[in-house]
Amino acid sequence: MTHSRPLLTLLILIIAALTIFPVFGDEFYQELVIRLMIMGIFAMSLDLLIGYTGLVSFGHAAFFGLSGYMLAIITPETEAVSIWIALPFCLLVTALAALIIGWFSVRTSGIYFIMITLAFAQMFYYYFNENQYLGGSDGIFIFFKPTIFVGDIQILNLNNPQSFYYFVLTSLIGSYLVLSVILQAPFGQVIRGILANEKRTRALGFNTQHYKLVSFVIAGTLAGFAGFLEAAAGGIISPAHLGWHESGAIMMVVILGGMGTLYGPILGAFVMGFLQDYFQEIWSAHWLLLFGMFIIFVVLFLPKGIAGLFLQTINRKGNGK
Amino acid sequence: MCSPILEVSGLHTHYGASHILHGINFSIKAGECISLMGRNGMGKTTTIRSIFGLTPATRGRIRVLGNDVTTLSPHSIARMGLGLVPEGRQIFPDLSVKENLTMTARPGLDGSWAWTLERVLQTFPPLAARLSNMGNQLSGGEQQILSIARALMTNPQLLVLDEATEGLAPLVRKKIWSVIQQVKETGITTIIVDKDVDTQLKVSDKSIVLVKGRVAFSGDTSELVANPDVHIQHLSV
Repeated sequence: MTHSRPLLTLLILIIAALTIFPVFGDEFYQELVIRLMIMGIFAMSLDLLIGYTGLVSFGHAAFFGLSGYMLAIITPETEAVSIWIALPFCLLVTALAALIIGWFSVRTSGIYFIMITLAFAQMFYYYFNENQYLGGSDGIFIFFKPTIFVGDIQILNLNNPQSFYYFVLTSLIGSYLVLSVILQAPFGQVIRGILANEKRTRALGFNTQHYKLVSFVIAGTLAGFAGFLEAAAGGIISPAHLGWHESGAIMMVVILGGMGTLYGPILGAFVMGFLQDYFQEIWSAHWLLLFGMFIIFVVLFLPKGIAGLFLQTINRKGNGK
Repeated sequence: MCSPILEVSGLHTHYGASHILHGINFSIKAGECISLMGRNGMGKTTTIRSIFGLTPATRGRIRVLGNDVTTLSPHSIARMGLGLVPEGRQIFPDLSVKENLTMTARPGLDGSWAWTLERVLQTFPPLAARLSNMGNQLSGGEQQILSIARALMTNPQLLVLDEATEGLAPLVRKKIWSVIQQVKETGITTIIVDKDVDTQLKVSDKSIVLVKGRVAFSGDTSELVANPDVHIQHLSV
C-alpha cells in the first residue's frame, strides 16, 4: 500500500480539518464527529478482513460490542478505572474471542465463512441480551470514562469533551498508521496475496490459514478498540452494539467508502454519518428510504466506493497532464 | 549416493471419479533438466499438481530429497525446496513487482541465499525497470518473467515451469525460452512442461512422455530425438 501525492494531500487535509473542527463545530457536531471517527476505526478493522484478506465477516460487531461490555464490567459503579488496566483488559478479551472464533471460521470460506461469523456474533448477542446482570436488552451504563494518569499526574481528562475528541482523533490516526505499516510489511503482502489467489499463495509456501487467523485477530482486536472508545463515548453498551444490524451497517460503511483502501472506510463513515443526519432532518419519517436510494446509487455507479471515485479523479487528472 | 531431488513412485491421482494418473514412476537427480511431455489431457499438469499437493495423490509415493511429502499440505511441500511457475502466470495483480518478489523471498534449504533481489533483477533487467509497477500493469511476457523470478526468490532446489510460454506472442516466447535457458545454466534442477516440443527437446537433458496417465517414455532426450517413432506416436498432433 503506497501513498501517492494526491492521497497524502487528502489525508493531510482530513487530519487538518478534524484537528481544527472543535474550534468551530458546536457540541452536537463535535459528538457526532467523535462517533464517526470511532466508526472509521471500526470500519478500517473490517476492511482489513474484507478488502485485504478476502474474508467477508458478517459478525464483526461481536468484537465491537464485547469490548464495550468488558469496559462496563471492569468500570466500578462509583469510580473511574485506569485506562492502563481497562484498555489492555478489553483488548485482551477481544483478541482471545477473535482467536477462538477465527480458529473455527478461517477453516471455511465464502458463504460458510459469512454464516459462521454471523452465528458466533448472534451467540454473543443472545448471551448479553438474556443476561440480566448486564442489563439484558436495555444494556448497561458506564458511569465514568477511564482515567489517564502517569504516577500522580493526569495526562488527559477524558471527561472534557475536547480532550476526548482529540484522544479519539489520535486513536484514528494511530490505527490508520498501524494498519498501513502492517499492510506494507511482509505479512501484509501475504494477506494481499491470499486475497488475489489463495491457492497460489499456499503453493508458494505460505500457511494461508495461519495468516488469515492472524489477520482475523488483528481486525477483531482493532474492532474491540473501537468498541472501547464507543462505550466510553456513549456511557452505555447494549446488545444492539453486537447484533447483526451493527455488523451489516459497518459492512455498508466499508463498501460505501471503498474496500481495500483504509482511507475509504473513514470517508465512508463520515459520508454515511452526515447523510444520515441530513436525511433525518429533511424527511424524518422516511429518511431510510432516501438513504436506501443513496446506497443503491453508490453500488450501481461507484462500485469501488467513494475512494474509487477519488482514485478515478486523480488518475484522470494524471493522464490529462 | 545422494537421494534424488524428486522421486515419484506408483503415483495415482483422481479428479472425483475420474482416474487421471495410473501409477507414474520417475526420479530426478540434482542439476537435471527434465521435459515432461504428452498431448493435451495426458496428465502433465495433474502430475505437477500432485507433486505440489494441490491435487493430492490417491496412491503412490512422492519423495523430495528422500523425505516423503505425499500427504503434506501444499505450503509444507513448497517449503521443502520446490518452486512452481504455474500455468497462467498467476502473479499477484495488486502487489507491485518488488512486492511480488520480496513477498516470497526466503533462503534455500541449506540456509543460503543464491537468489537475492539484486541477482534476480540483474538476471531479468525488464523487471528492474518496472519495480514499482503493479503486477497488472505488466505485459504478458513481463508477467511470465515475474512469475519465474518470484519462484526463484524462494531459492528452490527444484523449479517446475508449467506451460511458461503459453498464450504469448512468438517473440515473447523466444525471450521466455532464453530466460529458461539462463535459469538452467545456473544449475537449478528443472521440470519443464510446454506445448513447444521442439524447443523443449533442445533445452532438456531428459524427457518423460505421458500417455493417458502412464509413462510411455522415460530417458535421455537424445534417445527420444533419435527415436522418431515415439515422437510421432505420442507427441505429434
